[in-house]
Amino acid sequence: MTRAPTTAASLGLLVCHACGLLARAGPHAHDACCPRCGARLHWRKPDSISRTWALLIAAIVCYVPANVLPMMHTGSLFGSQSDTIMSGVIYFWTSGSWYLALIIFFASIMVPLLKMISLVLLLVSVQLRSRWQLNQRARLYRLVEVVGRWSMLDIYVVAVIVALVQLQALATILPGPGAIAFGAVVVLTMFAAMAFDPRLIWDPLDEEHGRAPA
Amino acid sequence: MIACHECDLLQREVPLPAGGVARCARCGAELYRSHPDSFERTLSLTLGAIALFAIANIYPIVGLKLEGQVIQTTLFHTVQTLWDEEMKSVAALVFVTTLLMPALELFAMAYLLLPLKLGRVPQGFALVFRMLQAVRPWGMVEVLMLGVLVSLVKLAHLAAVVPGIALWSFGALMILFAAIAAVFDPRELWARMSAIR
Repeated sequence: MTRAPTTAASLGLLVCHACGLLARAGPHAHDACCPRCGARLHWRKPDSISRTWALLIAAIVCYVPANVLPMMHTGSLFGSQSDTIMSGVIYFWTSGSWYLALIIFFASIMVPLLKMISLVLLLVSVQLRSRWQLNQRARLYRLVEVVGRWSMLDIYVVAVIVALVQLQALATILPGPGAIAFGAVVVLTMFAAMAFDPRLIWDPLDEEHGRAPA
Repeated sequence: MIACHECDLLQREVPLPAGGVARCARCGAELYRSHPDSFERTLSLTLGAIALFAIANIYPIVGLKLEGQVIQTTLFHTVQTLWDEEMKSVAALVFVTTLLMPALELFAMAYLLLPLKLGRVPQGFALVFRMLQAVRPWGMVEVLMLGVLVSLVKLAHLAAVVPGIALWSFGALMILFAAIAAVFDPRELWARMSAIR
């Protein structure tokens, strides 16, 4: 790009993250509030990189027990068994419901994993002030935001099954500790994605022209 | 002028044809869209969604039929069972994402839109607007819907599965939530508000 991109920050304008209003930064820009809706205004989300890293690392830690510990304990007259996410996928695959196996595999195993890898990639590239594939990385961030919620799927499946089967004596199904870890992964990665500021992806372009935001 | 919320690029606002979407020239993020009667459509969809939300929570979602007996569960009862099974964090997570957040979203929406329609600005307009923006990512009705369907298939080998009234209402609710998200235009909300003030 030969011409410097005109960003709001380079003209001393702050964008309200809640209502989208452009506001001129006053002398006390650090504790400014949006004149229209009252939300706090920032040049960029505060401590975006360190907050995202913290939440992301916590999520990565929880991802291990979420996959190793059982999501559900099933007990009946014929013995008991514990199911992890993966054994649930295998159960569906072998019992012929391959489409359900695929849905659960993608929602519960691939989506959280790819989401965490994507966030690491975004964070590292932003910290290196990289100008590599700006558009693709912006797209990746939007994808992460949209897709993340679908990982909650397995939590709901466990909840409904436990509630229904509790009501009769045929078998007992209890939620396992994996469900807690799994819920934590979903919530932590959602917070991590929210803490990340996609404008940081584009800031290196601005700095090149010596107009870094204050 | 408008600044892209994802890359901070300043660009000129242009009027859009009906149904058009304005995207950022640099990063492609959606800046705003124009819908004919966006305000009225959002309001009516919200009122419809509130009615469906009530039905979806009063009636059972699914039931199991076993030896002539039908056991049914509502969404709230599901949360209760998890709570009693010492799974309090999972119970809270299900409660917040499928009951609390969708309810807050719908009522905040109605609270903002109804008085504006009648030509008044509701108290705490800015506060409720900010709450609405914060709440929206956490309502996961559509994921719940898929989760219920998956568990139905999983349970089908145990007993005959009876879909409840709430299952259909959740399905419809899912569509209404998607429609609200597509039609809602916060810019028009602020424009109407300042016109009244």
